[in-house]
Amino acid sequence: MRLGFFLKEALRSMKRNPIPSFAAMASVLVTLLVLGVFIPVVQATTGAANEVRQKVSLEVYLKRNVTQDQITHVRGILADQQGVKTVQFVSKADAYKRESKQNPEAYALLGSNPLPDSFRITPDNPDDITAIRDALAPTTASGKRTVIDPAIDEVKNRKDETDKILTATKVVKLAMLLLCGLLVVASALLVSNTIRLSLFSRRREVEVMKLVGATDWFIRWPFVIEGIILGSLGGILAILMLAVGKIAFIDPLAADFALISAPQTMSLGLLALLLMLAAVGVSTLGSGLSLRRFLKV
Amino acid sequence: MAATEQPSRAAAALKRRAAGNPAPPVVELRGVSKRYEGGDVGLDRVDLSIARGEFVFVVGHSGSGKSTLMRLLIKEGDATEGSIRVAGRDLGDLTRRKVPYYRRNIGMVFQDFKLLPNRTVHDNVAYALQVTGASRKEIRAKVPDILRLTGLSTKLHNFPDQLSGGEQQRVAVARAFVNHPPLLLADEPTGNLDPETSIGIMQLLYRINRTGTTVVVATHDVAMVDQMRRRVIELQRGRIVRDQAAARYSGGEPNTAELGALLKEHLEP
Ligand SMILES: Nc1ncnc2c1ncn2[C@@H]1O[C@H](COP(=O)(O)OP(=O)(O)OP(=O)(O)O)[C@@H](O)[C@H]1O
Ligand SMILES: [Mg+2]
Repeated sequence: MRLGFFLKEALRSMKRNPIPSFAAMASVLVTLLVLGVFIPVVQATTGAANEVRQKVSLEVYLKRNVTQDQITHVRGILADQQGVKTVQFVSKADAYKRESKQNPEAYALLGSNPLPDSFRITPDNPDDITAIRDALAPTTASGKRTVIDPAIDEVKNRKDETDKILTATKVVKLAMLLLCGLLVVASALLVSNTIRLSLFSRRREVEVMKLVGATDWFIRWPFVIEGIILGSLGGILAILMLAVGKIAFIDPLAADFALISAPQTMSLGLLALLLMLAAVGVSTLGSGLSLRRFLKV
Repeated sequence: MAATEQPSRAAAALKRRAAGNPAPPVVELRGVSKRYEGGDVGLDRVDLSIARGEFVFVVGHSGSGKSTLMRLLIKEGDATEGSIRVAGRDLGDLTRRKVPYYRRNIGMVFQDFKLLPNRTVHDNVAYALQVTGASRKEIRAKVPDILRLTGLSTKLHNFPDQLSGGEQQRVAVARAFVNHPPLLLADEPTGNLDPETSIGIMQLLYRINRTGTTVVVATHDVAMVDQMRRRVIELQRGRIVRDQAAARYSGGEPNTAELGALLKEHLEP
């Protein structure tokens, strides 16, 4: 009975202030749309960055004309290093095959195979890669690198590139987080403003309600419900639009882009639930903000 | 708050009075002053006591403080000085949170009606019940009843701005009565009514009073006061200048006996 009454009151108020109500709903809608796009994108980039991290490896190039014995010896040294997960031998011929496939013209010009034999080491933990490198090729007092075995020519890693990727994703994530935060604040303020307008336009009415014995909360509930309805409406619309967008645009492309179909993105259902929670949270916060200050009649 | 409760309460009050143990006054003002911010004097050191079940008229010129008295009684604003007790409760001790519950025990007809502009006649009256958490059944039972009593049955679905002044006034009366409060304050309940409808409202007030409800009416309606012959309290610039039982509206030419009684009443603390 009470809830029914409050609901009716909230709808009555929305009917009376359609424009601010619409503005509040639209702002929640926009916020949620942005959130709904950002959350999966951030997740996908994080997933991609992690994959890059997983692929981090150390290339140990051997000197030209090493013997089979030396290769076996070096493999033993490498496998003994701490934190090493796998050691994979890449022969001259294999390397040539792969590289010439990627860049056939250049290799056709070369004619002969300039590539050395090498080992590819993957670490247990991508963060250990520098330590492993330092162990294999310690820096001398003069600042030059030496190698622990004469058969080894050079130890290289792709850490530098990885770092760049990781920093870039971090910056992107931070920027998105900031933007999302700003949007959330903005729509909370807009909802708050709507409720305040609604309250303000009914100041006299609220005064009369109090004179005939209405408690603060009896007056407040319809406004809170109004805020929640506006937020939920925005949320539902945003989820529908996101779902349509996903089905119409993303799904047909998903086959081509690894990023979009990254397994780390959450299901649409969970995302919808999260967005709905955000919508209700934002609007409750918004109406709470103005009610606290504005109902001291 | 049921209507059936009232007669038994009145009976109990009568019994107590018969036993020489007068019931505590419903309304008791001691040295109450009200000064508004601009310096206007609303009330000036008013002492007043109204017993349970009484019917009291408050008369006086425009601006003499009648509405101020009514407003203080529903705690719409605080007295600047003095203490006000209603049903034994000191209004100064009433916390903000308790005020709504206190007001539900008082029916008030406001001079400016104070109807909710966006609600129909029916919803305006129902609101007074809804704030108390009344059930839909209760509302369906009580609201049409009181609207019939005030002659508004055909205007149920009109909004206040679709009503005449007198009709709006009757809605205000209906809203004040619908709860069957033990204390009824009516500020000019017949100000906009033709004599016939006024009589109807007065009869309604009379009936309500007969069930044990204390009724205080602020009015300029000479005919009504003269006809009813009830206690009359006259205010002048915020002070009580006359408090007379079974009196007429005009206290302008009291006979010497009345004047003597009046003086005595005022000189005695
Ligand atoms: N809210 C207010 N602020 C300032 N002064 C006020 C306020 N309300 C009333 N007054 C002043 O207090 C005095 C008493 O006013 P009140 O409304 O009690 O008179 P009244 O007897 O009800 O008059 P009327 O018969 O015209 O209704 C007047 O001088 C009025 O100007
Ligand atoms: Mg007045």
